[in-house]
Amino acid sequence: MSTGTTKLDVVVSDVVPVNDLVTRFHFRRRDRELLPTFSGGAHVVVEMRDGERTRLNPYSLMGSPLDTREYTISVRRDDVGRGGSLFMHRSVKPGLEMVISYPVNLFSLDLRARKHLMLAGGIGITPFMAQTSQLAGSGGNFELHYTSRTASLGTYADLLQQRYDRRVRLYHDDLDERIELDRLLSSQPLGTHLYVCGPAGMINWVRDRAAALGWPAETVHFEHFAAPQPGAPFDVTLAVTGKTIRVGSQQSLLEAIEAAGVDPPYLCRGGVCGQCETNVVSHDGKFIHNDHWLSEEDHRSACKIMPCVSRFEGKSLVLER
Amino acid sequence: MGITFRKETFRDDFTFRNSPEHIRRFPFPFHEDSYMYAVNIEPHVVGPKGSVLENLIDVDEHYVAEMQDRALVLAEDPLRCQSLPHMTLAGWDLLELLMEQQALGYPEHFTLTRDGDRWRWINRPLGIDDTFTFGDTSTLPYGPMEYITRQSQGDFCILDQRDGNLWMDAGMVTTQADWSLDFDIGMNFFEWHAPVPLAHEKGIFIRALKFLTNIQQGKPARRLNWTMTINPRLDTSPENYHKWGPDRTTVTPENVGDKVHLRVELQSFWRLPRSNGIVFPIRCYLIKMDELVTQPKWARRLHRVIRDLPEELATYKGLTRYRPTLVEWLLKLDDGSPTSPGFGPDSVF
Repeated sequence: MSTGTTKLDVVVSDVVPVNDLVTRFHFRRRDRELLPTFSGGAHVVVEMRDGERTRLNPYSLMGSPLDTREYTISVRRDDVGRGGSLFMHRSVKPGLEMVISYPVNLFSLDLRARKHLMLAGGIGITPFMAQTSQLAGSGGNFELHYTSRTASLGTYADLLQQRYDRRVRLYHDDLDERIELDRLLSSQPLGTHLYVCGPAGMINWVRDRAAALGWPAETVHFEHFAAPQPGAPFDVTLAVTGKTIRVGSQQSLLEAIEAAGVDPPYLCRGGVCGQCETNVVSHDGKFIHNDHWLSEEDHRSACKIMPCVSRFEGKSLVLER
Repeated sequence: MGITFRKETFRDDFTFRNSPEHIRRFPFPFHEDSYMYAVNIEPHVVGPKGSVLENLIDVDEHYVAEMQDRALVLAEDPLRCQSLPHMTLAGWDLLELLMEQQALGYPEHFTLTRDGDRWRWINRPLGIDDTFTFGDTSTLPYGPMEYITRQSQGDFCILDQRDGNLWMDAGMVTTQADWSLDFDIGMNFFEWHAPVPLAHEKGIFIRALKFLTNIQQGKPARRLNWTMTINPRLDTSPENYHKWGPDRTTVTPENVGDKVHLRVELQSFWRLPRSNGIVFPIRCYLIKMDELVTQPKWARRLHRVIRDLPEELATYKGLTRYRPTLVEWLLKLDDGSPTSPGFGPDSVF
């Protein structure tokens, strides 16, 4: 119907360094009204105007859904990424006017659950900050297991323990602490739903073990926004609009299509929601698929690509855009 | 100036009528001289002043009478309103949406005041002035969904979204075109649409589900649907088929104008913020043939649509028995002249 979601004009109301890697950003509406209510697990897409370049990155809302005076996100600095997180860390200061999207939830709580079992890895803690606030406010039953590399990189671990005490269990890689996953998954009451957010390896591990231990697929929920990866530049022909574009090494294919004045629909910009799915007309080369949306068969048959996160290497690529 | 609410009935003596202004604002559903299914969904944005789209939640002259009829239906059959245990949060979402929209559109009739989670709701047409704690069900006389939908025109289905599907897990359904919430509760999108002919083969439901699961907060959508009803009866439910089914045998050339009603549903779709569910209000508008044909364009077009309707659709909509009588009656009002494009009457507001 139209590209993305309704936009919100906000101002950065606070910037708080949390630890060596993570900084928290607070947004309020410029018109001083309340922000839209949201549900735990929702994200917003933040528009970053960096000189000539515009990046649009999704971040989970981590504040309480019960308090909509401000939205908060936490951004982990990625020194080898495409520069979105570096821009946030270096250039975004209190008072800066920015544009963010309305909240979208692709990682919603299943409110039928008798118990919510949450597994977080690293910065994957952020959606659980909002979900635990939501559940705690309504007497919900949850248990959170949170792994981080070290105690000092366990973002918000202190706060969570302070809020929820024994409902939170921490694990630190440098101390060789690991979630005893099989035991954990085998000892849950009937009606438990499992949620996992963290690095791809962790998500795959948890999903595989849950499936092996007989958890129904509809009780296992996961969210992994793939950040668009940098790569070699490549050329693309857009068959519908008749344009030929170059995708820069630090640019995503979706960003390059948008920069050419073509507006495909999008929501998550992380290979999850399926909105920007694009048909391949012809190609000579190989695809680098990074999405979680297309099936393996789609990937093998090379008939579709998710331009928000995936790239191409080769001689020629023609897309139906 | 406020709305003058009519005193009228949708049962027994059937005193329901539309005022001349309400005839002109009727949401006539045919933009051309024929009808076939399409995914006719568009953004639900505010439309022209004086139309049913002037406000996103429409309140009209039938409001008080419709709420009285709903109370009668519920007294006889409480299962018309159901909410599965996990849907209470969505009920609060709906309460907020309907209070906000009705207070925004009709400040002379409705007032909402909030002080944190202490809310005061004044509904002047129904004589209600309640103060309650948002989120605390014990502070309302009913659950949040039932409370607010006893004060809002139209049926409401609240759909839970999970596993890439939508689930009919709560609703208030008393003005329905022959379907049952009690039967459909807990079903998913494909299950509750299973009886609809032709549309499955056209892949319409797969596309519609994809669209609906991507409805975003702050961006509601809408579509029109239609059928016909004999006598201005809001409650044409399967549960009460024995009451309204036989009405279809009573249509004669003499009483078509008074008995046969075009029934249009303005369906809208809204993402609910706290629960991440979707609410699907189904607002029913009735107009009798005598009222409809006061607009010559609508008379000509309706004749052509009903005459040419595919047999499967006529059967599904329950028109088979009286279609010939209706078409013959409408034929007299169709001189064969062309009709202008678009939905509106020729005398547009």
